[in-house]
Order: sequence, then structure tokens, then C-alpha cells
Amino acid sequence: MTPRKLASQLVLPVGAIILALLVGAVVLIASSPLVEGYLDPLLPITTYSALVEGSLLSFNGLVDTVVNATPLILVGLAVGLGFKAGLFNIGGQGQFLIGAVTAAAAGAALSSAPPIVAVLLALLAGTIAGAVYGFIPGFLKAYTGAHEVVTTIMLNYVAIYVVAFLITGPLRAEGASFARSPDVGNAGLPEIINAGLGHPGHIGIIVPFLVVGVAWWLLYRTTIGFEIRTVGANPDAALYAGMRPRRLIVLAMTTAGMLAGLAGGLEILGVSRNMPAAYSTNVGFDAITVALLGRANPIGIMFGGLLLGAMRAGAPLMQTIAGIPVQMVDLLQGVILFFLAADILVRRVFRIRAAGVGVDELQTVTRSYGGQTTTP
Amino acid sequence: MNDIPVLGMLIQLVGYTVQVITSNSTIIMALATPIALGALCGVMNERSGVVNIGIEGMMLASAFVGWYVASLLGQVIPSEPSFVFGATPAILTGVVAALLTGVIASTVHAWLSISVKADQIISGTIINIVAFGVTGYLNLLISTHAPPSGGKFAPFQPPTPVVDVPIVGWILRAVLQQGPITMIMILLAIGLQVWLFRSRWGLRTRAVGEHPKAAETVGIDVIRLRYRNVIVGGLFAGLAGAWFTLDYGNSFQAGMTNGRGFIALAALIFGRWHPVGALGASLLFAAALSLGTAIRTTPPTGSLGSLLTPIPEQAFAALPYVITIIVLAGVVGRSIPPAAVGRPYDRESTA
Repeated sequence: MTPRKLASQLVLPVGAIILALLVGAVVLIASSPLVEGYLDPLLPITTYSALVEGSLLSFNGLVDTVVNATPLILVGLAVGLGFKAGLFNIGGQGQFLIGAVTAAAAGAALSSAPPIVAVLLALLAGTIAGAVYGFIPGFLKAYTGAHEVVTTIMLNYVAIYVVAFLITGPLRAEGASFARSPDVGNAGLPEIINAGLGHPGHIGIIVPFLVVGVAWWLLYRTTIGFEIRTVGANPDAALYAGMRPRRLIVLAMTTAGMLAGLAGGLEILGVSRNMPAAYSTNVGFDAITVALLGRANPIGIMFGGLLLGAMRAGAPLMQTIAGIPVQMVDLLQGVILFFLAADILVRRVFRIRAAGVGVDELQTVTRSYGGQTTTP
Repeated sequence: MNDIPVLGMLIQLVGYTVQVITSNSTIIMALATPIALGALCGVMNERSGVVNIGIEGMMLASAFVGWYVASLLGQVIPSEPSFVFGATPAILTGVVAALLTGVIASTVHAWLSISVKADQIISGTIINIVAFGVTGYLNLLISTHAPPSGGKFAPFQPPTPVVDVPIVGWILRAVLQQGPITMIMILLAIGLQVWLFRSRWGLRTRAVGEHPKAAETVGIDVIRLRYRNVIVGGLFAGLAGAWFTLDYGNSFQAGMTNGRGFIALAALIFGRWHPVGALGASLLFAAALSLGTAIRTTPPTGSLGSLLTPIPEQAFAALPYVITIIVLAGVVGRSIPPAAVGRPYDRESTA
């Protein structure tokens, strides 16, 4: 990739982030009377510097950033892989939760097994459960035409109830003061970075970087990756060339579920070490931002995941110092997404003329909406 | 296994279901309201060829704005509930604010999906994420000094002889013992059914949704019609939002729409893109919700009761979502969407 091409690839996401920070600044100034009691034009500076300080300017912050980025990159890959195959996987949330609860169950059962065996088996269980949960919408899409956007969202809600049932019922730890699964014990991921209490630098943080490499190789250097990208770009051409779009759709969704399930397993075994019934996460929706920021490219997703991981890591300090609710990060993300889709605005502001480097590249998602399956 | 008890239990289940539906008809119609309004929003969008995944976010944003405006105004001009649906200036202004929010959100969606020609599903997803983020942020920001609720509509109380009519009394209750938003929804569903299939606007809308190029050649302005329909659809989503915080309840919680906007999309497909069909499908989802609650609170007696009560409550809570998946998978028969749905219209293209 020439430096010039790289620059043209970067300018849209970077431009969208800059514009979103400006919009965020306006929102912050407008909400300053509610936070501080008077109109404070400097509140954006206080807020953004707290966000940077909490995520990048300290050792703990940096560890938090990478720990937060770990599930974001993996689930981001799960969404991005869907985009490459012409699918919009909004089910990262559900696949993550099912992977997490399965890993929590397996981890609790293996809590006194030898550590290496326990960790690997518990991770494997979470990964397989996620894969199964991704297989369902993939199969429904390929063989009945049920659009994956709606089915995956429905499965996200079903996953919440599955977790609630398991943790308050059969998986509930005895003697715990609130409903949670038992501790994973030996199945917990060992810490490789000692950053103090509440900053678990577990060994799992190297996994997403390995998976990014594998995903890149798989997508751009193997036949199966080529077939997935062809089905995403033009299913008719793929069919004509002798590929089997239905099988590739199922394969892509199952692999996506696998990645999200792995992320759920790493999060439980590495960070919380048991699963409370009230476990809440926004990773499935953050991952959509990550995948769009990275333009569905594994390397781009890695940077997108690190950026959002940093935002999530800095948010608590932002709340303490500037008094701004952590939900500000959700708002910023939404605005970033808006500018990515409305790339025409970004182009105008930054006077870019390069064509075809926006989200429009992913304009294959809506095509199959409403029961129109690709021909068998 | 002996099949006589199974048959007996099946008969008992049907009887129990009928009893639950007839005695809860009012609440079922009320619970169907946001789903049906969302589905009508979907009808407006998809019949003219635009996919709208953002109905959920439009509802959530409208619910928040309607509630907050009504609360603020309730402090400025406190007034007693009037005799018409307990309406106050604060509540009515809240509804108008909710409608405006729906219009603004749908204008963004229209602009992104019709003019910018961004992917329509991504555009809708952005609306959902922005709505979730903005309402969550603002809700926490104001939570420390939140104004008291601005009140909510009161349901109409029909005279006792009407609701106690034998055989059809439960239907009269379902239609009459309601707040204004539910009543408007019923009228809208019927009106839209007639307009869509019996008016010039309806014919044009369907033409644009099926074959925009052909519609353009006979002089219909495809872009303008799509804009207008998407924005009117936003009004319906806004009304659905107002239902959450000004009719059914009088408070706001983050993420309170809880997937109703997505269930509405399934109701739209199940109702085969017909307004009255969508209302019927919404009632089915609401009945499923109500049945789940009833089995927990007043379980059936005998062997059926002992079969149903051990089922965990989460299974019933998940039921509407599972039904949605089954409906989409076409187990109940394949429905065919408008042909041009999801495709941005390009005057210059040859296709």
C-alpha cells in the first residue's frame, strides 16, 4: 500500500473522529449549566483531557485501554467478517454473552483442575457456544431468508434471559451475597502485567492481536477468504463462479459467533472471574462502531478497538474529574458513526475528493433485506 | 404415553388461553400499541422502498423528549387533569415534542438513505445507537435534579353496560377502555389500510416501492414521495414513543423501549406489509407477553398447571423474541416485501 493510498484511507475515519469531538464539545458546553451550574466554555477541554489522562497518560490507564480493547477487537472482527460476507451481524452482544456464561459454567466446573487444562477447556467451551449462537442466524439467513439484522437482535434479547435464568438458577454460587456464578478458580487467566488491583493485565490481551493476524491472512491470502469476500461483493458472481453462497453465509456467521464467544470467555476468565446475574456490557454495539471505523479490515479494526478501548478506559476518570456521565462515550460513538455514514459531510469539511473510501463500500448489507435469499 | 390426557390438556390450554385473552383484552391492546405504531411507521417506509431499522431509536428518543418536555412544563403551568383523557397542557405539549423528535430522527434517516445513499440498515443502526447514547447521557445528567413527572393520559372509562355486553364485551373493552394514543393507533391502522389501497397517494407509494423507475416515467417524484413517507412514518414512531412515557407510564428509564421497535419490524413482515395485518401481528405478540405473565400470576389448575409452572419465568419473557425469529424464518409462510425495498433511487442509473 503506497503512503498516498494509506493517507486517503485514513482521512475519512480520522475526519469523522475530529468532527465528532467538535460536536461533543458543543454538547458538553450546552450541558455545563447542569453539571457545574454555570455556562463553562472550557468544559470540553477538562473532559477530553481527563479522557486522555485516564486512558493513555498512565501505566494503569494504558493497561485498562488494552484490556478494554480485547473484547472490542474480537467482537469487532466478528462484525467486520460479516460485512465482508455481505452480512450485518448485530448479534455480537448475544454471542458474547452466551460465550461468557458458558465459559463461566465450564470455568466453575474446572476450578480445581490443572490450570492449563482448565483455562483451555473453559475458553474452548465459550468459543464453541458462541459459534453455535452465530450458526443459528447464519443458518436461518441462508436457508429460510430470515434477515440476520432482526434475528440477531432478537437473539441478543434471548441471550439476556438465558444468562439471567442460568445465573439465578442452576449456576448460582452458594453462599454468595448476590446472584452470581461460582469463581472460576484455576480456570482464571494468569496476570502477566501487574498494574495493581482493578487493572487485570491478564494473558488474554495478546489473543486479539494474534487473531487479527490470522483473520487478515484468512481473508486476503486463502481461497476461503476470497470466496467470502466474493459472496459479500456479488453473490450472483460467486454462484456463477461455482461458489456456494449459502454455505459461506453459514460459515461466516459461525466464525463470527466463535470470535465473539471467545471474547466473552476471555472477559469472564480474565477480568471478572465469575459472572454476576446483572452482568451488563455494551460490547456488541461498540463493536459495530469498531468495525465501521476499521472499514471491516482486520488491521483497521485493531486500531478502532484500541481507540474505543481507550475511550472506555478514560471514561471513569472523566466522570470523576469533569462530572460528565460515562454515557458521553456512547454519544461520541454515535456521532462518529453518523459522520462515517454521512461521509459527504466529512469530505466537504476536509475537502477530500478521493472516491469510494467510505462506508458506501459496505453497501451490500441492505440488499438481502426482507426474505430475498440469494439463489441456491 | 396415553393420548387421552394429552388431548384433555390441549383443550384445557385452549380454554385457558381464551380466558386469559378475553379477561386481559384491554392490556393486550395497550401493549400492542407501540408495536403496531412502529409497524405502521415501517409500512410508510418500506411500501415506498426504504428500510427503517431505526424505529427503535426513534421511539426511545421520542419517549425521552416527550417525557422531559412534559415534566418541565408541568412545573411551569401546573394544572388539574381535564375530563378528556386527563389531558393537561403539559402532556399535550409533551406529545407534540415527541412527534417532533420522531420527525427530526426520520428526516436524518431520509437524508442519509435517500440523498446520501448510505446503506439504509447502517443509517438505521446509527439512529439506534445515537438515540441510546443521547438519552442515556441526558437521563443521567438530569437525574440529580429531575423535575417531577408531568403526568400521563388517563384511559377512557366506558359505561358499565357497554363493557359488560355478553360475548363481545371483551372486544369493546379492548377498543374503548384505552388512552388516546391507543385509540389513534387503531384508527390509523384502519385509515392507512384504506389510503394505501384506495387512494392516489397509496397507489403512488406502492408504485415507488415496487418499481421506482416506472413510477418516475409516469411523472411521480420518487425522491420527494420517499422523503414525505419516511417523515410521516417518523410521526408514528414519535407517537409510539409518547405512549411509553405519557400514556402507559409516566417515567423514563434508559433503554425502556426494550426491542419493541424491532418486534414491530417482525409484525410488519408477519402482517405482510398491510397496516391491519401489522396490527393483528402486534396483537399476537402482545397476547404472547400477556400469556407469559398470566401463567406466572394465575397459573392454570390441574395437570396443565403442574406442567407449565416449573417452566422458568425467563422462558416466557423470551417468548415474544423467539416468536419473532420463528415468524421471520417463514414457518408461517413466506411473505414478499416490496421489490425496491432497501435500494436507493438513482435517477441516472439504467437499472
